[in-house]
Amino acid sequence: MRILLSALCMIITAALILVLNTKYVLPAPLGYLLSPQQGLWQNAEPTDKNFSEDLKFPQLKGKVSVYFDERLIPHVFAENEDDVYFVQGYLHAKFRLWQMELQTHVAAGRLSEIAGDIALEHDREFRRLGMVYAAETAEKELEKDPMIKASCDAYTAGVNSYINSLTESTLPPEYKLLGYRPEQWSNLKTALFLKLMCSDLAGHDADFEMTNAEHFFSAADFNLLYPLGQDSLDPIVPKGTVYAAPAIKPVAPKNVDSLYLNMGVVSAEESQKPDPTNGSNNWAVSGSKTKSGAPILCNDPHLGLNLPSIWYEMQLSTPTFNAYGATFPGSPSIIIGFNDSCAFGVTNGGRDVRDYYEISFKDDSRKQYLFNGEWKTTDFRIEDIKIAGKPDFYDTVAYTIFGPVMFDQSFAGVTKDGKPRVTNHKNYAVRWKAHDPSNELLMFNLINHAKNYADYSAAVTNFHTPGQNCVFACKNGDIAIRAQGDWPAKWKGQGDFVMPGIDSSYMWQGMIPQNEIPFQYNPERGFVSSANQKPADSTYPYYLGREYPVARGLEINKRLSAMQQITPQDMMALQTDNFNIYASEMVPVFLKEINSSAFTNDQIKYLSLLRSWNFENDAASKGATVYDRLFASFRSAIYNDEFANAPQPIQFPFESTLIEATLRDTAYKFFDDISTPQKETLSDIATSAFRSASDSLHSIEASGKLEWAKFKDTHVTHMLRLPAFSRLHLPIGGGTNMINATTGDHGPSWRMIVSLTAKTEAYGVYPGGQNGNPGSRFYDNFVNQWVAGKYYSLWMMTREEAKDPRVKWVMNFSN
Amino acid sequence: MKFFISLLLTAALSFAACLFLPWWVIAIVGFVVALAIPQGGGRAFLSGFLGVFLLWAGLCFWISAANDHLFAHKISVLILKIDNPALLMIVTGLIGGLVAGFGSLSGSLLRPRRS
Repeated sequence: MRILLSALCMIITAALILVLNTKYVLPAPLGYLLSPQQGLWQNAEPTDKNFSEDLKFPQLKGKVSVYFDERLIPHVFAENEDDVYFVQGYLHAKFRLWQMELQTHVAAGRLSEIAGDIALEHDREFRRLGMVYAAETAEKELEKDPMIKASCDAYTAGVNSYINSLTESTLPPEYKLLGYRPEQWSNLKTALFLKLMCSDLAGHDADFEMTNAEHFFSAADFNLLYPLGQDSLDPIVPKGTVYAAPAIKPVAPKNVDSLYLNMGVVSAEESQKPDPTNGSNNWAVSGSKTKSGAPILCNDPHLGLNLPSIWYEMQLSTPTFNAYGATFPGSPSIIIGFNDSCAFGVTNGGRDVRDYYEISFKDDSRKQYLFNGEWKTTDFRIEDIKIAGKPDFYDTVAYTIFGPVMFDQSFAGVTKDGKPRVTNHKNYAVRWKAHDPSNELLMFNLINHAKNYADYSAAVTNFHTPGQNCVFACKNGDIAIRAQGDWPAKWKGQGDFVMPGIDSSYMWQGMIPQNEIPFQYNPERGFVSSANQKPADSTYPYYLGREYPVARGLEINKRLSAMQQITPQDMMALQTDNFNIYASEMVPVFLKEINSSAFTNDQIKYLSLLRSWNFENDAASKGATVYDRLFASFRSAIYNDEFANAPQPIQFPFESTLIEATLRDTAYKFFDDISTPQKETLSDIATSAFRSASDSLHSIEASGKLEWAKFKDTHVTHMLRLPAFSRLHLPIGGGTNMINATTGDHGPSWRMIVSLTAKTEAYGVYPGGQNGNPGSRFYDNFVNQWVAGKYYSLWMMTREEAKDPRVKWVMNFSN
Repeated sequence: MKFFISLLLTAALSFAACLFLPWWVIAIVGFVVALAIPQGGGRAFLSGFLGVFLLWAGLCFWISAANDHLFAHKISVLILKIDNPALLMIVTGLIGGLVAGFGSLSGSLLRPRRS
């Protein structure tokens, strides 16, 4: 009897363990997660944790000392470059492993392995875009360069040395929560990370949306809605610059009107499009404009705001170079920063380097496709997508001379709820510059070593995709900027829409030669700048596409022109400036046109908030919220009627297009609501837009969110979207089209100011913290500083300062 | 006396075993201790339960205090949906205690009843 009871108890015990160690019954293995010696408690890092350690790795050639300062910034001093990259890899892994691996899983279309089939369609999209194919090409290319191969090999070895030292208890908490384990790092993963940045930064095309718009609207309307340029453009290289005759003169095919502008409706859609506000500001002012007489360089790249942050701050020092700045966990070198001679930064070029071609297969087998009057044989790449808890999904992707056939009958994109779109019967191959061999790591490596303008020029020309506006300033007084990238030389309109893919006539005809890339070197105006606007005006002999963000560039140039005796503190004020240039133009128009005679008390109240507003989107501003809602209502009221029956996908015109049209032409044809018999005027539409905005403002006010920061609700979210690991409801101003481009989930991901005085004076901050572990006090400790618009002083340490009180911990590496 | 020896032994062996083995080894520890030190079923359960309850709750309190309970706040929101580190520690102790307690009870029942 007791034996039976004992057996029963054993069964109960086993059942308890089963329940608490698996996800069959509970949503998480609570026993495992809460076991104090292995589970999540182990990730609760002591606030006084001692990061000092002595470590030995046979891969090292010499000794490496890492001095951590009070912000947990590692200052890495190595005797040679391979060792510095080994330790960079080790430290990236030690503090950011989960994030760096997840990013490469996303890039490789491998999320389903962790998340299950909910991620399948997203994985398919990235596989079909050729992300892995692109990364494999990039890996081969980077390994052709002995110097870059050595740095990547050392970096990879460093990451793996850390991974191999992990125990159950030291695993990052996200692995425990999701129940998987890290795999070995590789150079391919570094390449995958770089391709993820390409998809984020070199994916700015709207070919499908524009094809539909071109099909739906008359030519005249289309040109009004999507003009070729913006009046207010202040290009990166100023108007009036004289350009030499182009070396390549791309020729448009003869049948553009009959074929290209007649492609019909497209029902495929890129669903993982980069955030349209991905962008950045950078500028450099020459010593003639600064108080110290030395150049100052500033950069703030605008990206999605996540925890752990995309950036990790470091100093890398060897006898051959000494650089400080923001690094990408996943990649060797300093990406945005400075060395003993100069400073460097980037903003996104944003040009269209991704085009689609409609392919004609001979039959459903897709084994042959029509090209130049012949049947050409298709290559197939079989994508094996592993899915947690389900059998593998095999996706056979056809590769043509243009690139992979991303969209076909089996795949038309992903709906918002993660389901496949099902309506497409055509085949679209993607021609993406990121598929071509290139070695961007060489640029970062060389610019970390750069001593002067010649070194900078030699470094940046290695950068192909994603093309970046590379800014530079040097202690010898030089400043420069270059709209760097490998840009297809296109005929006017090429690639704005889906192109015919039955012959070579619509293919890219060459790349813009590097000596014809717009650049500025020590311009007379005493500064260079970029904010994602068009790099040059219409006199530049190559087609640059349609629309670019113009507002930030305009405002930055206006301010920099007026500024003299500039200090780093002035630059901090400029980087965090919340002036809303569009509002300053539109509010006077609204106030003139809005007919308030029949307004309710509520509406009068909001109107007076708008009237008294100073056009600053400060955190506490209520006028900013009123304007934001008013403009949103205005935009919908103007376009909703015309777009009501438009094919999907389609996109509304740019904000700048509507604003320029309104300022230019009070009889803009789209003011009329075509769904009503009468003809509406600007006054009618502004008044009704204000009424509907007031309705939404009323409920916003009722929920206590009339203040701009509360309404905008900026958050820095954990990559798994876990609120407990995120920083929510941050009281910060700014917004789209403002220099402080902080929106709800997007904004300045790293702010840096470098004054190139004899002893460099540098400042920086990013919305995160050095330790990716949510259980560490260093996880998000920079966020408040970033929200307050404050900076940290960046310490370019010297070896002699090893005893400096700022050094809190020392890690010694040796072989 | 046996009760306290069992309790302490369960706690000490659980701590040692969990340095190398999966967390649920605490059930086996409870089982073995109950086999080695004969007690009535109730007392065996209770000594196993309390041994690991105190060990786990104490350990996580000790770890968490050094962390200023920074992570415990986050994890309690994540798992318990309320911001209550103390409750999270109690839940931790209960889980460990129950598993070890049932292990002890199974072990104790395997021994013949004391005369």
